[in-house]
Amino acid sequence: MTEKPAKKNLITPKKFFKKNKMQLTIFFISLILITWLTGAFTRFKAEDMVRALPKVGAWISKNILPVKQEKTILNGIEKTITVLDQKAIGKIPKILRELLETVLMSIMASTTAAFLSFIFALMGSRTTRLNSFMAVITRIISSISRNIPVAAWAIIFLFSFGQNSFSGFLALFFYSFGFQSRVFMETIDEASASSVEALRAAGASYPQVIAHAVLPSSAPQILSWILFMIETNIRSATLVGILTASGIGNIFDIYYKSRQYPTAFLVILSIAVIVILIEFISNSLRRVIL
Amino acid sequence: MIQTLIKNEPVIAEKKASYPKKKNNKIILEIKNLKKNYKDVCAVKNISLTVTQGEFISIIGPSGSGKTTLIRCVNRLIDATEGEIIFDHKNLLHLNNKELRQARAKIGMIFQHYNLVYRLSVIENVLHGRLGYKSSLRGLFGVYSDAEKEKAVEIIDMLGLNEMIYKRCDQLSGGQKQRVGIARALIQDPKIILCDEPISSLDPSSAKIIMDYLVRVQHDLGITIIVNLHQVDVAMKYADRILGIREGEIVFDGSPSELSKEKINEIYGTETGELILD
Repeated sequence: MTEKPAKKNLITPKKFFKKNKMQLTIFFISLILITWLTGAFTRFKAEDMVRALPKVGAWISKNILPVKQEKTILNGIEKTITVLDQKAIGKIPKILRELLETVLMSIMASTTAAFLSFIFALMGSRTTRLNSFMAVITRIISSISRNIPVAAWAIIFLFSFGQNSFSGFLALFFYSFGFQSRVFMETIDEASASSVEALRAAGASYPQVIAHAVLPSSAPQILSWILFMIETNIRSATLVGILTASGIGNIFDIYYKSRQYPTAFLVILSIAVIVILIEFISNSLRRVIL
Repeated sequence: MIQTLIKNEPVIAEKKASYPKKKNNKIILEIKNLKKNYKDVCAVKNISLTVTQGEFISIIGPSGSGKTTLIRCVNRLIDATEGEIIFDHKNLLHLNNKELRQARAKIGMIFQHYNLVYRLSVIENVLHGRLGYKSSLRGLFGVYSDAEKEKAVEIIDMLGLNEMIYKRCDQLSGGQKQRVGIARALIQDPKIILCDEPISSLDPSSAKIIMDYLVRVQHDLGITIIVNLHQVDVAMKYADRILGIREGEIVFDGSPSELSKEKINEIYGTETGELILD
């Protein structure tokens, strides 16, 4: 019903709940229909996926784990035992070195982008913008760099600057800039609109308003977003690295293409561990600052 | 000035009547033919108003009648479409950026939602009132003189917040937050304080404390007070002069004793018996 029903045609509770239930049913039927239709078009069958799962598991345990089967003679009886694949294990220092480079690169991309993003956010925010023309321009620029996926950025810089870590850095930088300037804009509007008004009323100048109202009220939220961006960048760095031949993505690509699956698996494992670790660190930092 | 304020603890509205009123007809603020349009909606239609020094004015009227727009036009938080606002012999609508900052420094403002920087301490928030007097750069790094800091402590004491002085503002109650708001306005050493519904978010007892402080500020410091209010009874009790606004126009301008029930109903566009007051 609309918000102001005339008293005469106010529906009964029974009809109201019946209507509710009907809407829910229609929603679920449409969901099933959409799944079936998209499956039919792409010739994807969910049951195939389920059937393939055991095979995937078998393949992983045979080829990917950094272990191998060795035959030894124990007490005169020939036995097969499982030992660590020394060739893969020996690559761990190299993997960790590349991983460190990737993590540092992701942090640098987030923090350098944060400076630029903050300036753009000040220009684009409703509370602190200088004029509406600049606000529109900054919003358009940040929207473009946010809506180009990080992989597409990587390809763009790969064509312009070749396969190196600089291209990878730029890809992460531009995506971070677009994302951060958007969330900073919202943070500024949310956290500081009222105090900005009060300081303006007291005669404070624009830089003073930024220093005394905007920064203190939005800093914790902004720091929290930067931490989130660092996490996201470490995740994306793998893909960006494959494309731009740098960092952890690059060595994954090398081992994978040379069919050294156990070593490639160690790379994946190390990425997962570091992402979980960083998330844990940034969550605890966030608890302190918020 | 502040010393006298502390000595005169029990100044309350009832006592106000017995005070000899200084007849001081110095005009402090003059609004001429003020208009404000929002696209095609007219929020303020042709309002003219003269305010003399030391007056306590309450503006009443229904929601959306233009009270907030009017009060915000005075310090140009909202830019008026047409008209003149003469404060301190200057037309505020023709000032450049620097002159506007100087004029705003002399106009304090108190907000319904306090508008403090909640992550900063009470004293930092109070000192924000001094920013209007500082060069951009000095104010940027929060360089306050010792005299300013002492004055801030004095004002905080006066408003009964001395125990809260280094506490973050998000730890204060609503009434305490509004007192910080008053302190921030007072440290500006203003000629006039604008209050936009200062008690609408407060419980009755905190509201009374805030209104009592405003009366003391008017009496003891001679600062002109203009208050937007939703509570007609509060307006009648505290104000020297009441302005009734309806649909962007002044429909009543007089002392509380002249404000009859018929007049109130005219301001709010209601029939007798439709208001809680009746």
